[in-house]
Amino acid sequence: MKPAPFRYHRPSTPAEACEALAAELRDGAGAKVLAGGQSLVPLLSMRLASPPALVDINHLDPAAGLAAIEIRPEGVHVGALVRHADLLASEEARLAQPLLAQALAHVAHPTIRNRGTSVGSIVHADSAAELPAVLALLGGSLDVGSVRGTRTVPAEELFVGPLESSLAPDELALGATFPALADGAGVAFAEVARRHGDYALVGVAALVSNDTVKAAYLSVSDVPTVIDLTDVPDDDLGEAALSRLDPIGDIHATADYRAQLVRVLTAKVVREARKAR
Amino acid sequence: MTTKLMGQPVQRTEDQRLLRGRGRYADDVAVSPGTLHCAVLRSPHAHARIVDIDVSGVLDVDGVHAVWTYDDLTGPMAEPLPLLIPHPALTEGRTQYALAKDRVNYVGEAIAFVVADDRYLAEDAVGRIEVAYDLLPPVVGIDAARAAEHLVHDDVPGNVAARMEQATGDVEAAMAKAPHTLTLDLTVERSACTPLEGRGTVARWDPDTDRLQVWTSTQTSTGVRAVVAAKLGLDLGQVDVVTPDVGGGFGVKINHPWPEELLVPLAARALGRTVKFTEDRREHFISSAHERGQVQHVEVGFDDDGRLLALDVRFWHDHGAYIPYGLIVPIITSTQLLGPYKPEVYRVVFESLYTNTVMVTPYRGAGRPQGCYAMERTMDAIAGFLGKDRTEVRAANFIQPDEFPYDQGLIFQDGRELEYDSGDYPAMLEKIKALVGWDDFPAYQQEMAAQGRRVGIGLACYVEGTGVGPYEGAHVHIETSGKVKVATGLTTQGQGHQTAFAQLVADTLGCRFEDVEVVTGDTRRMPYAVGTFASRAAVMSGSAIHLAALRAREKVLRIAADALEAAEDDLEINDGVVSVKGNPLDGGAVIDLGTVAVLSNPLRYAFDEKSRVATQFTVGDPGKPPVAEDDEPGLEGKDFYSPERSTFASGMHAVIVETDPDTAEISILKYAVVHDCGRLINPMIVEGQIHGGVAQGVGGALYERMAYDESGQLLNASFMDFLMPYVTEVPDGIDIDHLETPSPLNPLGIKGAGEAGVIPSAAVFASAISDAEGFALTAMPISPSDLFTLRQEHS
Repeated sequence: MKPAPFRYHRPSTPAEACEALAAELRDGAGAKVLAGGQSLVPLLSMRLASPPALVDINHLDPAAGLAAIEIRPEGVHVGALVRHADLLASEEARLAQPLLAQALAHVAHPTIRNRGTSVGSIVHADSAAELPAVLALLGGSLDVGSVRGTRTVPAEELFVGPLESSLAPDELALGATFPALADGAGVAFAEVARRHGDYALVGVAALVSNDTVKAAYLSVSDVPTVIDLTDVPDDDLGEAALSRLDPIGDIHATADYRAQLVRVLTAKVVREARKAR
Repeated sequence: MTTKLMGQPVQRTEDQRLLRGRGRYADDVAVSPGTLHCAVLRSPHAHARIVDIDVSGVLDVDGVHAVWTYDDLTGPMAEPLPLLIPHPALTEGRTQYALAKDRVNYVGEAIAFVVADDRYLAEDAVGRIEVAYDLLPPVVGIDAARAAEHLVHDDVPGNVAARMEQATGDVEAAMAKAPHTLTLDLTVERSACTPLEGRGTVARWDPDTDRLQVWTSTQTSTGVRAVVAAKLGLDLGQVDVVTPDVGGGFGVKINHPWPEELLVPLAARALGRTVKFTEDRREHFISSAHERGQVQHVEVGFDDDGRLLALDVRFWHDHGAYIPYGLIVPIITSTQLLGPYKPEVYRVVFESLYTNTVMVTPYRGAGRPQGCYAMERTMDAIAGFLGKDRTEVRAANFIQPDEFPYDQGLIFQDGRELEYDSGDYPAMLEKIKALVGWDDFPAYQQEMAAQGRRVGIGLACYVEGTGVGPYEGAHVHIETSGKVKVATGLTTQGQGHQTAFAQLVADTLGCRFEDVEVVTGDTRRMPYAVGTFASRAAVMSGSAIHLAALRAREKVLRIAADALEAAEDDLEINDGVVSVKGNPLDGGAVIDLGTVAVLSNPLRYAFDEKSRVATQFTVGDPGKPPVAEDDEPGLEGKDFYSPERSTFASGMHAVIVETDPDTAEISILKYAVVHDCGRLINPMIVEGQIHGGVAQGVGGALYERMAYDESGQLLNASFMDFLMPYVTEVPDGIDIDHLETPSPLNPLGIKGAGEAGVIPSAAVFASAISDAEGFALTAMPISPSDLFTLRQEHS
C-alpha cells in the first residue's frame, strides 16, 4: 500500500503553486493539490489514483492568508489551509453561521479533522461529504486561482458529478465563502451513519427563513442536492424531497432504507431549523 | 508473610512500554537501510486458470532483487502448504501452494513474490507483472457451494471437504415422542479477526554459521520454526524464531505457515540479505483468514417445561477455498453448541464446504459463537412457543452443580471426550438476572413503550472448552543478581502475560514481582511449546510456570537449608530472601536468592558483591564432587504441564437494547456479563479480556460482515467499509460479575478467559432485538437497514 512514483512540488506562494499546476498540465496529465491529504493520500496509497505530480500547499507563506478564517460582511471566509478542527473550534464562525459547526461535528474523527481541510473537502466534491452540501445549501462560493488570474465559482456551478468539481485541472482553490445566517433564519443538520464519524448513509441540512424552506442532501445523489421545500406541508416534506432524489442501495443500506432516512431526517431538520429561528 | 498476588488486580507492567509507543512489532525489526522488502502479486479473480505469467517487465528493473512464481519453487517449497490438523472425516482436504500453481481459487491468492530495495519499488514491480487468466465460474456463498453447479476444486464432488456426524442416541425416535417440536433455519455471516497489526515476517540468514533467524507475527513460534526448517530443508537447530510484540492475533495468526512466512526466509537465504514482509490492510482482508459463516437447520423436541428431549442440528460451514486448519471450527460449533444444557438426545451433522473465497481458520470463539447462536435462538423459540420466561426454559435444561464431571457423550476438537470439569450454571443465572435487572425489565419495557420507545432484553449462555493440550513448558532461572528470568514458549499478543505470569512466579517462588522477567515466543529460550490460542495461555503456561517455579523453589530451599544450617521445612521465602520461619529478618540468619544462585554454581569467580557475600556460607559435601550426581549447576527449574483434557469455562451475557422506531438504529443501553474462568490470576486482566471480547462481539453482531459480490470480489476490504466498531459503538460500561468454580484439572484451578467475551454476542443481540421488535431474528449480523427491511416484512 505505497503510492506509485510522483513528482513533488512544495511552492511557497499561491502564484508558485499555480505555476507548478500549469507547468504539470502543459507537460502531461497535470498535478493534484495536496492539502490535508485525508482523501488523496489513501487514494495514492491504494494506487486508486496515480497522478504524475503533487503540489503540496501546506508550506505556503502564511502571509498569503490561506490558513485564515475571516468573518466578512458576506459571510465566513475559509482559507484553503484551514483545518476542519480549526473551523469547528471557531466561535466567530459558529456565531456567523451555526450550520458550519453543526455539520463539521459529523466530519470523521478528531485526528482526521486535525489534518483535513474544509476547502479540500469541497474541492474533492464527494457527495457523501458534509461541507459540499452545506456550501450548496447556503449558496456559497469558492475562490479559485490559476496562472490566468482568480475567479469566484458559485456553489451551484461547482459540483458537476461524482467526485468532480468544475475547477480546471490547473486551478487552485484559495478559499470558500459560507454566507452568514440571515436575521430570522434557522439552520439544522442531521445524519445517520453506520458508525460515529463514518460517511453518512443519508445526511440532511436545512435552512428555514421567513419565506423559504430549503434542504440539502448528502449520500443520496451524485452531487450535493438542494431542494426547495417552501410551501410543502409538513407531512409531505420527505416525499417531496424523494421526488427529486434517487437513493441507491449499497453494502451498507438498501435504497428503501435510505428513502426512509430521507423522510425521517427531512422532517427532523426542518422542525429543528424552524425551532432555531 | 508476603501478600499473595494471585487474584490481585496488579497493574500491567508491559503497558508502560506498549502505551508509550515502545512496543516492538515485526515491522520494527531490521529497520536498517540494507533490509530488502517484499510485495506479492495477488489474484484479482476468484476462480481462474493461470494461462501465462510474464515477469519480463520486472527482471531488469533497478532495485529489484528477485521475482518468483511457482516455477521458481523446488523441493518441499513446491508442494502444497501443510494441512495442519488432519481428521478422518476430512476426506477432501486441499491446501494452497506458497505461490499459485496453474490456478487461483480466491481473490487475494498469492501468485508472484517480488523482493526489492523498498516496498515502493516492490509494488511498482508487482504492477508490471502480466498474468493471463482463463476465468472459471466462481462459487460464492454456502447456497452456491451446496448447489454445486460449479466446483471449486474439480476433484472435490459437491464442494464437500468433510461430512461429520455425532449423536448421543436415537434422535429420530426421541423427536417422534416429544410433545412439541420446532424447526429453525438460521444464518451467521462471515467476519474476521482483523488485528490492527497484520501479518509480518523478517528473516536474516547468517552464512558464516549457516543459521536462519526469523521474526514473525505469529501465535506459534515453534510451529513456524518447524515448518520453515522442513520447507527450506534445514535442521531444526539451524532455525530460530522469535515472536516480537504482536499487535493482535485473535486466531488468524495461529494458522501457519502463511506463504510469506516461507518465502521471506527463502529469499533471505537465497539473497544473503535481511528480508522483510509487512502485510498491508487490503492484503489482510483478502489474503489472511476469515471465519463465522454458517447456515444452520435446527429441529428440537421438548416437553411442557421446555426440557430438551431431542435436538437435531444440521449445519453447513463455509471454509473458503482451502482448509489448512482442518475441521477445528465446525467441530467446535457442533460440540460447544450444547452450552450448559443437557438434551436427552443430540445429533449433529455438518458439511464443511469449499467456496472461492478467503479461507476460514479459527477467529476468537472459533465456531462457538455460531453454536451458541443456534442453541440460544432455539431456547428463545421454545420459550416463545410455551409462553414461558426465557430464563425459565434455560434453567430447566441446565447441568446441575452436583453432576460434574459431566460427559456430554461427544468427542471434542482435541479428540478427547467432551467432559465438563466444573461450573455452577444455576448460580450464574441468578447472578446475571440480578446484574441486568431481568425481573424488573417488563415494567421498564412498558414504561418505555408508553413514551413511544422500543427496548428489548436478551440473554445468552455458553460453555467454552479452554486450555487445550497437548502441553506447554516453562523455564525459571534465578540469576546471581536475584532477578528471576522466566521463559515460556507460547507467544504474547497483548494479553498481559508478563504481569500475570510474574504474579504466579512471585507467589510460588517467594521473590519480588518486579524481579521477574517473562520471555515468550522465543524458540531459543523454550524450543518446545505449542502456542497462544484456544484460551489456553493462562491454563497451560500458567500451570507450567507454577510447576517450574516450584522446582526452582525446591532447589533454593535445599541450598539455603545447607547454608543456613536449618531444616528445609523451617524455611520460608519472602521478597526474595530465605529465612527461618518466625525469626526476625534483621536478627536471624538469612540468605537472599541471588546469593543462593551463587552457591548453586561451584564455579565462583568473585565478579560481584553477591559472590563475595556468598563466601560466608558453606554448602555441599566436601567428600563428594562439587556437582552432585543427581544435580546440575545453577538455580533453575523447568517443567511441563500436560492436561488430560480441556477445562470448561462458562458465562452468561445479557443486554438491553433500544431500537429506533423510525431509523431502526440499534443502541445498547446496558450490557452485563457473568463469567466463570475458575480461579482468577488477575481480575483486571480478565475484565480487560471481557471488555475486548464484548467490543469484538458487538462488531460481529451489529457491524461487521464480509461483503462478497457474486464474482467473489470482497467489496469492503478496508476499515472504511468493514465496520469494526469504534469506542463510540461499544457499550459505555460493561457490568461484570465473576463466579469462581475452580477447575480440578490443573494445580491453580484456572480456566481460560481469552475468547469468552465474544462467544454469546450474536445470540444475545438477536435475543434482545427480537424482544424489542416482537419478531424472531434468524440472521446475524443485523444492521439498521436489515432491521428496517425485516420490519417491512413483518408488518
